[in-house]
Amino acid sequence: MRAQRLGWAPYALLLPSLAFLAVFFAVPMVRAFGLAFRDAGGDWTLASWRTMVDDAGFREALRTTLILIVLIIPVQFVLAMAMALVVNARLKWSGLWLYVYAIPLGISELAAGIIWLAIFDRQGWLNSILEGIGILDRPFIFLNYQERGWLIFAIVLAEAWRATSIIMIILVAGLQGIPRDFFEAADVFGATTWQKVRRVILPMLRPSVQVALILRTILAFQAFAVVIALAGSGTTVLSAEAYRWYYTIRDSHVAAAYAALILLLSVACTVLFLVLLPTREEQMG
Amino acid sequence: MTSVARDLPASPGVETRSIGGHRRARVRRRLFSRGLLYVAATGLALWVLAPIYLITITAFSPRPVVYGYPKEVIPSQFSTDTISFFANATGVLPSLWRSVLVAVVTLVASTIIGAPAGYAIARFAFRGRNAFRLTVLSTRAFPIVILSIPLAVTFIDWGIYDTVWSVALMHTALALPFTILITSSIFVGVPKDLEEAALTLGCTPATAFLRVVLPLALPGLAAASIFTFVLSWNEVFAAVILTLRERTLPALVLSQLNDSPIPFRFAAAWFMMAPSLLFIFVIRRYLLGLWGRVSR
Amino acid sequence: MAEIRLEGITKVFDKKVRAVDDVDLTVADQEFMVLLGPSGCGKTTLMRMIAGLEYPEHGRVLIGGRDVTDLPPRKRRIAMVFQSYAVFPHLTVFENIAFGLRMQRTPKAEVTRRVEGAADLVQLTPYLGRYSAQLSGGQRQRVAVARAIVMNPAVLLMDEPLSNLDALLRLTFRAELKRLVAELKTTTIYVTHDQVEAMSLGDRVAVMREGKVVQVGTPMAVYDRPATQFVGSFIGSPPMNFLRGRTERENGYARVHLGAEALTIPALPARTDGEVLVGIRAENVVAEATPTPGAIAARTEVVEPLGSHLLVTAIVGDQRLKIQARTDFPAQPDTPLWLRPEPDKLRWYDPATGQEIAAG
Repeated sequence: MRAQRLGWAPYALLLPSLAFLAVFFAVPMVRAFGLAFRDAGGDWTLASWRTMVDDAGFREALRTTLILIVLIIPVQFVLAMAMALVVNARLKWSGLWLYVYAIPLGISELAAGIIWLAIFDRQGWLNSILEGIGILDRPFIFLNYQERGWLIFAIVLAEAWRATSIIMIILVAGLQGIPRDFFEAADVFGATTWQKVRRVILPMLRPSVQVALILRTILAFQAFAVVIALAGSGTTVLSAEAYRWYYTIRDSHVAAAYAALILLLSVACTVLFLVLLPTREEQMG
Repeated sequence: MTSVARDLPASPGVETRSIGGHRRARVRRRLFSRGLLYVAATGLALWVLAPIYLITITAFSPRPVVYGYPKEVIPSQFSTDTISFFANATGVLPSLWRSVLVAVVTLVASTIIGAPAGYAIARFAFRGRNAFRLTVLSTRAFPIVILSIPLAVTFIDWGIYDTVWSVALMHTALALPFTILITSSIFVGVPKDLEEAALTLGCTPATAFLRVVLPLALPGLAAASIFTFVLSWNEVFAAVILTLRERTLPALVLSQLNDSPIPFRFAAAWFMMAPSLLFIFVIRRYLLGLWGRVSR
Repeated sequence: MAEIRLEGITKVFDKKVRAVDDVDLTVADQEFMVLLGPSGCGKTTLMRMIAGLEYPEHGRVLIGGRDVTDLPPRKRRIAMVFQSYAVFPHLTVFENIAFGLRMQRTPKAEVTRRVEGAADLVQLTPYLGRYSAQLSGGQRQRVAVARAIVMNPAVLLMDEPLSNLDALLRLTFRAELKRLVAELKTTTIYVTHDQVEAMSLGDRVAVMREGKVVQVGTPMAVYDRPATQFVGSFIGSPPMNFLRGRTERENGYARVHLGAEALTIPALPARTDGEVLVGIRAENVVAEATPTPGAIAARTEVVEPLGSHLLVTAIVGDQRLKIQARTDFPAQPDTPLWLRPEPDKLRWYDPATGQEIAAG
């Protein structure tokens, strides 16, 4: 049998990427676990993990991270679904709506955190407006470090504002993959809007929803700058603790333990979503 | 009541009344739900735009107004005082330059390294293609956090810790999986026929790529590059871990956040946000293609 | 100008699908050869191997006596018209047609002259400055043709070039293409699944099925004497009728039993005995309204007036066949009629293999 011409070409094209990913993904991954599970002398130990768990910031960080994920993701999905349905409804200026909803896609966590700081600050916009329309008679201190509820509320709003776009885009792309006949068929059978969403759109969007959920959860575990911008030292999350241990305390072993924990939680959630929300091929396979 | 229905030729006479009634009700309900949709669309747009508006008028107010309370939703004076205060603060301009440099290096490097792989996935059926795709997809599950800390140690060994290069390398690694997947979907979008036509017209595979595929892929590649630029421009965790003095703009802002005056922060937020707004606007037509298809 | 020889060409996809299976085919210099077959029969793959866009696992491709099996497309002196036309959207019509010449570093003045000549030949001169997006489907098709012929290729390959046009345009372009290729005298291979196109264009037609060439011949020969049952039913509209029958010889005469009816005929192919498939084209059966000697009794099932003639579906025993009748034939559904096949137009097939049983 004759060899296929240029059979080596695709591998040559992949080589730079593979090499780069090996050096900057695979090796650091292994080293991260090495850092987390070994001491400065190179012996295997769980000391860093013990330090991490015993630290005062750990429980606070873990709890806040989980609370944020549990709150942010449903809010984002409802918002993103509403935006996606609006974009898909073929209103006038449909390109404009898509663009407007997509704007936060380009805004960083840090910028978003500060933008919402301008709103929730004691002398910020929210107080100005609430006082202006007479709901408050003097500024309320939302971002009070004793008052975790408001801190978390502000962070949830900032994250929902910033990171809904990406879910919206994924959902719109998914919606556009659904043939319009399906909606028309549902119309013919007299389905209400709610029925259409539940019976037609959601089931068909399942793969998109799965992707968006996984992506968002992984990113939410890394929430960092938005928390620092809004809460300062009022509360903390896992990434912020990793940063603090690396940067302030200068213990890269504990920092790596935090990083490894974030990775393990991300992977666990990914697997959970894959199991809970099987797409059609997976159900059949 | 029946006058509407009578104009409709298809309605049989006997049932005119009820059909006309239903139809009118349906039309009314349609109009109502249409209206409701516009209300929802506008509401959602306000939710997105209001914070942007507020930070913009804050950034363009003089400093006393930024400190002042209560604030006015309709600004009474325009001033670049706050912005120039930020721009002239120590370290801001150099860090701005570094941010641009890192982002440009990142987009160039990730395109040069990633686009060939994207092309290979798009055009060749080869053993290991799916495994490679899956590997690339799964890199998404690796948080920046877990890469940054060991890489900081590595970069210290290499002697490039606390330089723009370390951040650029890290950002390239972050951007690379996206570049590979995005470019592959762009190349899939260039019909294979065109490339083959070029081959039959005397091109080598290389000249066919340069003369036919590349010009056609260019707008998409440009959009993808802009996206990579934004990704790097916005990234802060790796930047703040991998630098001490050679801060990029977000790293500088973050590390000084809690010690900096309020106008500095607000101007910084506006400054970091503004280019992204422009870039997202430039690539708005490609958003669905870039993100939607890639995330399948 | 060149002869094409394919020797034992085999192409296997994914290690199991034999897309092209041991094909031998010779196309004479200046000949117009049509590869005809249903989709998935391997005709396009075969053409792509001649072009050099695919490489065969086994066999050789010779163009003008030169073994080009291992050469890339650019070294084969071929030009190809794609089904999608593959007009480069980022280039003007002029630049599209000039593309190949520019790759050969042809002097500028000559490029202009030849592009204008080719454009003139396909009546594209007014559109030279336009881009693909500003052209109609028919104009794009002409660009694709001009881009190929401007190269003066030794071999012109066309992959279903008319299939994306609407029916009326296809008819016009078919004749135009035939004139053009006849003028150029380039050896041409043309792939299509449309048997009418194949018949009207080809000097010869190669009918393909499941990766193999089943029959090669002039359009009339392939139509008149299909080598297999498949060819008979693929070519012609309506397809050739095939009736199950049983043969019997009796002192110099032969008889075919079709159910209860029997047809007496002067001769049978030597090797027939017992069960056969009798092939007959619709226009080779004479319909009679009254019993006639040499005719078999049948019943009219459906009558389709087609303007120039009637297409009658008749039932003989438990078998259906379609016949052509003159427009004045008094056909009514559910009435009897008598069918008289022209004896020299009867074709005989082996019911087990579908192969023609050669006349004896």
